[in-house]
Amino acid sequence: MELTRRKILAIGTGTFAFAGVMGLPAFASLTDDAIAEMTGGAEMGEGAITLTAPEIAENGNTVPISVDAPGAVAITLFADGNPVPAVATFKFGPLSASRSASTRIRLAKTQNVVAVAQMEDGSFQHASANVKVTIGGCGG
Amino acid sequence: MASGVKPRVKVPKKASAGETITIKTLISHKMESGQRKDDDGNVIPRSIINRFTADFNGQNVIDVTLEPAISTNPYFQFEAVVPESGEFKFTWYDDDGSTYEEVKKIAVS
Repeated sequence: MELTRRKILAIGTGTFAFAGVMGLPAFASLTDDAIAEMTGGAEMGEGAITLTAPEIAENGNTVPISVDAPGAVAITLFADGNPVPAVATFKFGPLSASRSASTRIRLAKTQNVVAVAQMEDGSFQHASANVKVTIGGCGG
Repeated sequence: MASGVKPRVKVPKKASAGETITIKTLISHKMESGQRKDDDGNVIPRSIINRFTADFNGQNVIDVTLEPAISTNPYFQFEAVVPESGEFKFTWYDDDGSTYEEVKKIAVS
């Protein structure tokens, strides 16, 4: 689409109206929105969480992911290039030995996988990993 | 109920008290994401397992919320501590309302 001055103005007006109604940043990605909703906009630390993902995934239908965050009560995984960013949430119970889990996920294309952990003191930690995907996993 | 759903769980048969054990679970399930289309271009409706829990003698070990981005035949690996002999109960919750259960006993010496 060619952007003329008139179209830009139209888009701009629409966006501001939308942002005004929703009260959200207009250009943030779905993943950022989802994370903000989870953390309530709190600052996130780094380092206390480890996300292990392959650098290159040949098949996006099953990408092995493991996450480890000592002292976490819950870990949520997001994939920022998927149609729906949320992937899974792990909540750890009293008999959980380590705050770690592994699973296999679908990735539609090359993208970042983000893990956000809620710690026992209520703070948040995050880690992300870029995964190159050769064949996408959404069967579109 | 989705057809051909079969849970498979790997739990050690024996452990010493307070030991950390690794548990692997897998359930055969299509995990239809709701994003795919059939040959006529109609969207295939979503049909996934949306929750998985593992409990030991009634106490929770892990509670997982699954989204469509979890692969076909959802697999989980995690660790648990076993304070006494008892049984693990694994439960999968399907979108269609059915649940699948698997029970594994463990002897603690």
